[in-house]
Parts: sequence; structure tokens; C-alpha cells
Amino acid sequence: MLCFPGALTQRRLGQVTLRELPDWLVLKSPRRPRDAIDMVQRGWQWYYRRYIDVKKGGVGGVAMLLAGYCVLSYVWTYPHLKRDRWRKYH
Amino acid sequence: MLSRLVFVSANALKSSGPLGAGLVQASRSLQTSSQSLAPVPPLPEKGGKTRHGIIPEELFQFLYPKTGVTGPYMLGTGLLVYMLSKEIYVINHETFVAASIGGVFIYAVKKFGPQVAAFADKLNEEKVAKAQEVKDLAMTSLTQAIEEEKKEQWRVEGRSMLFDAKRNNVAMILETNYRERLHMVTNEVKRRLDYQIALQDLHRRAHMSHSIFHNKINLNCTQFPKNDIKITSIAKCITDLKALAKATQAKATV
Repeated sequence: MLCFPGALTQRRLGQVTLRELPDWLVLKSPRRPRDAIDMVQRGWQWYYRRYIDVKKGGVGGVAMLLAGYCVLSYVWTYPHLKRDRWRKYH
Repeated sequence: MLSRLVFVSANALKSSGPLGAGLVQASRSLQTSSQSLAPVPPLPEKGGKTRHGIIPEELFQFLYPKTGVTGPYMLGTGLLVYMLSKEIYVINHETFVAASIGGVFIYAVKKFGPQVAAFADKLNEEKVAKAQEVKDLAMTSLTQAIEEEKKEQWRVEGRSMLFDAKRNNVAMILETNYRERLHMVTNEVKRRLDYQIALQDLHRRAHMSHSIFHNKINLNCTQFPKNDIKITSIAKCITDLKALAKATQAKATV
């Protein structure tokens, strides 16, 4: 199969095997709040540069953000919706 | 093309102030904090590809070797049916609201997408053209300045030649002056000598005419007594005159 580079710290998600996944997650998790903010910013920069900051962007850049917002808000309101449905159709 | 408009409006919003599109502001402020390279690389032409607008193409590429073309669609259908059947996705009045809003959104994108894209492209092109104009103007003015600077340098090179020419001019003027004065001196001296010569000439002529007159009278007095010896006496007179002339000539030249 494919040979991945040595140290666990330097690999990206696509190069981590399933066996090493928990260790990798522990390694990459943010230790200080500053790390969390940095991760969020890096992620946003990656997304922005790939989908929005181009000469001829498509609808995908903004539409994916809207879809993600919809999904996330549904996930956050799911407990309320669940109880609402039970209340109506118990 | 929506993102194009968003990107174009980002600059306007940044200057206007109010958070019209919050995410655009956030993106702009976050972007300025990252490191900036001096010659900024050009933007990529097209962004990451998405299928149906919201699903990145990478998912389809990822599943293609194992499941072929229909894999992601089957996955999507299965997930949807599972969520509906298990009521993880609850259908209520909000579902219809979402569906109608989604429908309007898709219709608007399909119908007005290209026009908005063209408009945003035009705005971008105008901005780029303006910047390019400024850059071109600066370039031409700078190249012109370089040309003129080179010309000035070339002119400076000729400065030594200029000094040589000036030196030559001055030397010529001096020479001309000197020769003028030399001519003047020679002329004056010649004039004085000519005067002296003329004076001596006058003296000699006066002497000669005076002596000739006297000799003529003497000759006329001595000619009368003898006829047969007229010829001999005339000859004798002529030789005497000649001798006298010679004597006066010698006296004049002395």
C-alpha cells in the first residue's frame, strides 16, 4: 500500500491510518484557546482562498456556507423540534 | 458568480462601514492579518469545483474508484431516506418554508446568474484597467526619465570636447590678434620706409633735373664757337653728361 511519512505530528488527515486516528486527534487537538482560534482562522483562510477569492467564482462558495449554516442550525434546534413533534403527534 | 459579486462588494462594504454582509467583513479583516508577499501572486482563475452548487467535486472523485458514477448519489439518497424514516429530519411547516425558499433561490441563481457574473466581471475589469493605466503611465514616465538621464550623461561626456573647442577658439583668437598686430607693425614700418625712399627719390630727381638744366645751359654756351668740331664736342658733351649722371647717381644711392 502507500507509505506515509514518518512522524505522526506532520501528517494530514488524508494520510493518517484508521489505527492511528485517535492518537492523531489527541495530538492535533488545541491545547490553548489561542490554538483553537488559530485552527479556525487557518480553516477559514483555506476555504476562502479555495472557493471565494478567485477571479471567476461560482455560486458554490457562498451556497456551501449557507447550506452549512442551515445544517448547523437544524442540528442545534433538533432537540426542540423533536419535543415539538412529540407534543403534536403523541 | 455570487461569490464574484460578494468579492466585488467587499471593497465597497469595507469603506462604507456597516456590516452588510458580516462574513465578507470577517473575511477581509482575517485576510489582512495573514502574511503578505511583496509581489502579490495573481488570483486563480476558477475556484474549487462543486457539483449542484453545494457538494464539492472531491467527494465524487473520492468515491469514483469504488462505486463508479452513481455512488455519491446512492449515498445521498440512502442518507436522506434514513433520516426521513428515523425522523432525524422532522417534516413540519418549516420544511415547506425551506423548500419554497430553496426553490426561489435556485430559480434566481439559474436565471440571473450569468448577468450578475458579467456585471461583477465588468466592475473587476474596470478596476484592473484603472490600476493598469496608472501603472502604464508610471512606467512610461519612468522610462522617459531614464532616456533623458542617459541623454544627459551622454551630454556630460561631450563636456571635455567642449572645453577643447573653447581652448582652440581662444588660441585662434590670440593668434589672429597677434597676426593683426604684426601686419599693422609691418605696414607702419613699410610706410615710414616708403616715405624715406620717396624723400630720397625726390632729392635725386631734384638734383638731376637741376644739374641737367645747368649742363644744358653749359652745353648750349660751349656749342657755339666751332662748327666742324660740333659732332666731337656733342659727343664729348654726352660722355661728360653720362659721367656726371653716374656721379650724381652714386651720390644719390650713397
